[in-house]
Amino acid sequence: MNTFTDTPATALWAKRLHLDVPLLVGLLLLAGLGLVTLYSAGGQDMDVVLRQLARLGIGFGVMLAVAQIPPSALHRWTPWFYGIGLAALVAVLITGVIGKGAQRWLELGVLRFQPSELMKVAVPAMVAWYFAEKPLPPRLSQVFWAVVLFLVPFALVAKQPDLGTALLIGSAGATALLFAGIRWRLVGYAFLAFIPTVVLAWLYGLHDYQRRRIITFLDAESDPLGAGYHIIQSKIAIGSGGVYGKGWLNGTQSHLEFLPERHTDFIFAVFGEEFGLLGAVLLLAIYFFVISRGLYIAINAQDTFRRLLAGSLTISLLVYVFVNIGMVSGILPVVGVPLPLLSYGGSSLVTLMTGFGILMSIQTHRKLVNT
Amino acid sequence: MVRGITLKDSFRETSLFRARAILAGTLTAVLLLLLIARLLYLQVGQHEHFTTLSQANRVNIQPLPPTRGLIFDRNGVVLAENLPTFTLEIIPERVTDIPATLAAVGELITLTESDLERFYVELKRRRRFEKVPLRFKLNDEEVATIAVNRHRLPGVEISSRLSRHYPWDTHTSHIVGYVGRIAEPELKSIDTSNYAATTHIGKVGVERSYEDVLHGKVGYEQVETNARGRALRVLEHTPPIPGKNLHLSIDLRLQVAAEEAFGKEHGALVAIDPQTGAVLALVSMPGYDPNLFVNGIDAETYRALADSPDRPLFNRALRGQYPPGSTVKPIIGLGGLETGTVKPNDPVFCRGYYTLEGDSRRYRDWRKSGHGPVVLHDAIAQSCDVYFYDLALNMGIDKLTDYLRHFGFGERTGIDIVGEAAGLLPTRDWKRRVHHQPWYPGETLITGIGQGFLLTTPLQLSAHVATLSSGGKRLSPQVVAAIEDPATRHRTHPARKPLEDVPVKNPDHWQRITEAMADVVHGMHGTARGISRSVTYRMAGKTGTAQVFGLAQDEEYDEEKVAKKLRDHAVFVSFAPVDDPRIAIAVLVENGGGGSAVAAPIARKVMDRFLLPSPEDKPL
Repeated sequence: MNTFTDTPATALWAKRLHLDVPLLVGLLLLAGLGLVTLYSAGGQDMDVVLRQLARLGIGFGVMLAVAQIPPSALHRWTPWFYGIGLAALVAVLITGVIGKGAQRWLELGVLRFQPSELMKVAVPAMVAWYFAEKPLPPRLSQVFWAVVLFLVPFALVAKQPDLGTALLIGSAGATALLFAGIRWRLVGYAFLAFIPTVVLAWLYGLHDYQRRRIITFLDAESDPLGAGYHIIQSKIAIGSGGVYGKGWLNGTQSHLEFLPERHTDFIFAVFGEEFGLLGAVLLLAIYFFVISRGLYIAINAQDTFRRLLAGSLTISLLVYVFVNIGMVSGILPVVGVPLPLLSYGGSSLVTLMTGFGILMSIQTHRKLVNT
Repeated sequence: MVRGITLKDSFRETSLFRARAILAGTLTAVLLLLLIARLLYLQVGQHEHFTTLSQANRVNIQPLPPTRGLIFDRNGVVLAENLPTFTLEIIPERVTDIPATLAAVGELITLTESDLERFYVELKRRRRFEKVPLRFKLNDEEVATIAVNRHRLPGVEISSRLSRHYPWDTHTSHIVGYVGRIAEPELKSIDTSNYAATTHIGKVGVERSYEDVLHGKVGYEQVETNARGRALRVLEHTPPIPGKNLHLSIDLRLQVAAEEAFGKEHGALVAIDPQTGAVLALVSMPGYDPNLFVNGIDAETYRALADSPDRPLFNRALRGQYPPGSTVKPIIGLGGLETGTVKPNDPVFCRGYYTLEGDSRRYRDWRKSGHGPVVLHDAIAQSCDVYFYDLALNMGIDKLTDYLRHFGFGERTGIDIVGEAAGLLPTRDWKRRVHHQPWYPGETLITGIGQGFLLTTPLQLSAHVATLSSGGKRLSPQVVAAIEDPATRHRTHPARKPLEDVPVKNPDHWQRITEAMADVVHGMHGTARGISRSVTYRMAGKTGTAQVFGLAQDEEYDEEKVAKKLRDHAVFVSFAPVDDPRIAIAVLVENGGGGSAVAAPIARKVMDRFLLPSPEDKPL
């Protein structure tokens, strides 16, 4: 099975570095668009751009490093990562209870370790690990244990409370399960079970601010200066952008500070205001290309662990993009999910790039096998 | 590859995964298309709507206050001006520790408890980047002290803005009035959009009655603002139109001279040009400092003013209602002639009192021994009460009040200062309506000498005597002579309330009355002959005494024994020169006793000041 039609020189260079060129191109395009948008969103402050550039450098460095690790090693280490992550989540929860307040990270001397970020990768890896040697499609009992594997960290992160990250962790685990071939009948049952769960979660599981966010999402205009402000302002930004956009650096909504969190979670509103529908379609096309490439890598992966891991990491990207743009454009409630590679911020970028590193590792550490 | 009981079917698993992956790819496409559909709706379908919202978001209209018009006297002396005052302001967002900054400022300049209190109230109401005033009216020294220390006081700023100032404070308080901060009830009566940037409004005096003219028209600035309302740049600018200047007919020199003539006495004086109705001086003693009210008066000072027995806030000239006393006699005498009730040379015998038929009550003359036989001329010159008792009785109350009504008794003069009182012209109807009693003949008698129910304001008295001097011409007094556009210097004259002139049957009657009034001052037996010494022009006048409280029958009024505040008010009306009247004056001195002793000399001083060239006539 041939990989990709590269020019021989590039292929050689990329092969040595264990890089997947199409994926890399897609990511670089996104990062470039991100910097351009950030320059505008940050009020043309070069400092912000340089800081993000530094983070991107670290991110791509991490990706490059992870790409060198053979998937078999990842396979071996997975239970350890998962175990450490789970323990850390419990530790965060306990210190959070002691410190009486929301806490998402552990202070390890100079380092601030956010276990929920680790779990974004460790959970799908663990589900993949669990199914690695099992005949697929999985039996009911196996499905049950796999669900436990991702539901426990999901619950712990949701409890922090960090609904956005919990959603990503849960969906990554669930995606791995779907890729493992869980029968649709079971999916149907799960869906039926989902409704009472939602009701129970609404009544007992959610914090007030989370509930408010959902209410606000359902009727943003009810509270235009309070919680609904984010959604109203970002819709105004995107809508006033029109087909062609107001032009780079000309977005009034963002420059006049009507848009909250405009460099982080709401950066798409800046993008939509300045580059319009055409820019947004281009951006979504690049994401589609990256996701397609990820699925292609997953399909071509050589064992169950790699397939499931690659598949679920790729779909994580889709969840990020859909939830973020859905929220900014007002079709989903406001949950703290960044727009991959465009939003300003460090820790989630490193996690994302770790995921892409794993994809590259899976793609470039293939032995030629005749099937 | 083989482990456990069940065998892994590699091929089947691969194809299963492939199917799921393709499904995932399809799902990806569907979800991304869903997002694009949403963006189409927002960016194409609702584009116009959101563009409008985005414009509304960023463009803010800021009103600009117009500069208030100035007020001048007839010689161009400024009576109301706009002075820059310095205010110390704090910009909260630039201050890290507000209490520490306040303490530091407090060491440099004095800050009172109420300054701090007001500051903290304002601090809560304003946004972080908005200036919050801490101290008003800094003097030059304080401004300098703050300026020197500014480097260590970030967020502390001194701003200057225009504040109304009345340089002649107490002298003009009862004419010009003052402006003050707009109060809640006033918001209902003003065009709030025109006052969007205005903080002050005329409260009393000319400041209030000419508010529309003085205020001007608000300007606007379309400003691009950010989400916190901070103005970033001006998109459009409509400058405000400044208010118009007012030129008063008041002569400040005359005004000051009149006040000086009062000395420590309380009372009122109104001087009018009888040819035009222009008010030359309008005095109500004592006055007050209107500057105290401009930026809010503290409760203690206000109470001191409001509760003072001297009543400095009370405009006696406009609102003080007093019996006119004998000053009404010339008008009643004229009425007697014009209605044919008396002939000029019909004598009445005055034996010191008057009685009604079938009534033992004696209506006394001010001169106990009586004036003997008197005709109208002497009755006016000597102020014989008995003559006018007789005349009033013969005229009857209905004819009497009808005639007084021609002169404007019981009716506002229509002066262009708000708050004028109407006085009282009693009639049979009025008595029945208000007192539920019939009119008694004795009341007709005392009305004949200007006592009883009859009430007039000093302003009305001056208008009456002006009418008398000008042969029946009635003009509503006005203090504003001209309204001037500050840009074009174009002047217009304010509209005047039209009044019906007094009908003249026989000009000779008028002439006789004037002559009699001239004899009040210049005649051998005139009641005001004391002021005629060394007078170089001919003046006509009439003294009067406004009774403060009634005397019982046979009781003697002894000025010495009556407490000052219960003493009668002294009244004097006059005009001069007799042949070509240029000034008509009414003076009322509260508790001054008889009109001749206290009130007439004041009128004389004002007339001298007005009619005679003086070495002091240099511009003020």
